[in-house]
Amino acid sequence: MKAFLLRYKAFFIVLSLLLLYGAFNWEVGEKVVKTTIFQLREMMMVIPPIFVLLGLLDIWVPKQTMVRFMGEKSGLKGIVLALFIGSAAAGPLYGAFPVAAVFMKKGVKFTNILIFLGAWSTTKIPMFLFEVASLGAVFAVTRLLIDIPGIIIIAYLLSALMPKAEVQAIYERAQNL
Amino acid sequence: MNIVLYGGTAILLSLSFLKDREKTKKALMKAWKAFENILPQLLVVILVVSLLLSLMDNAMILRIIGSESGWLGVVLASLVGSVTLIPGFVAFPTAAMLLKGGAGYMQIAAFISSLMMVGIVTLPVEMKYFGKRLAIYRNILAFCFSFVVAAAIGYTVGVLS
Repeated sequence: MKAFLLRYKAFFIVLSLLLLYGAFNWEVGEKVVKTTIFQLREMMMVIPPIFVLLGLLDIWVPKQTMVRFMGEKSGLKGIVLALFIGSAAAGPLYGAFPVAAVFMKKGVKFTNILIFLGAWSTTKIPMFLFEVASLGAVFAVTRLLIDIPGIIIIAYLLSALMPKAEVQAIYERAQNL
Repeated sequence: MNIVLYGGTAILLSLSFLKDREKTKKALMKAWKAFENILPQLLVVILVVSLLLSLMDNAMILRIIGSESGWLGVVLASLVGSVTLIPGFVAFPTAAMLLKGGAGYMQIAAFISSLMMVGIVTLPVEMKYFGKRLAIYRNILAFCFSFVVAAAIGYTVGVLS
């Protein structure tokens, strides 16, 4: 029980501050409750299947398979796969972090992890038509065309900027997540 | 989209169950553990985002990123995008509404790009997985990249329409 309270300490603090604020400002308080419910619903729509898929991936797909497709020597194939898997996914960016952690566990190359994160965050296949409908084809296509090289450049830049030992530490930490 | 996601997961889960019950149980345990692991941070993020969304309204956003606001507007739009976390299905119609209301294409491009790629409020969650340095570097680069996207969209929209 104590461990539980400790882990959720920040949450309880923020929650009580919000309740206090809401008590003095009903209008904002009501909006916050509504938005929170909306967001929790949004989260429940995508998060449970993502984590179940992760569990299945972790148990069933052997490390060698992932290394072959997306590991150090996967070359262009790995880049394309990382881009595609990231783009095909639905859900907010924080959903990508645990997926990336399992990828690291399975020996996926660091730049491919970063490309996957970039693609998940911004080039989304399910979202693309929606973007065209809302903001126009010129907007959406330009963004897609600039995003793909952008994601890859950012991935290699990050990989170059990170000290090797730290990358290794991140991979090691992923083993325990 | 969610139906595909849920349906696909259900099919794979049943296949796994038929093939090996023990392994499936282990997979589900792993799924739960991974989820519970980030739940505390996630809940904080959701509360903070809700507060931010409740405090900002469209009129306020428009004042910052109108089409006359130039590069200062682009920088501010990127900042607004960085601290907000709105799902795409809300963000795109909101952006369309802001465009109609007088926001500029470049500013909207910067807003959308940083909204999707930069996450200030999710930074604690990101750090938990990738460590401080990588999380901060990634967000800084993504922030700068939103200016590139703004320039590109400003150019193509200017030329093509």
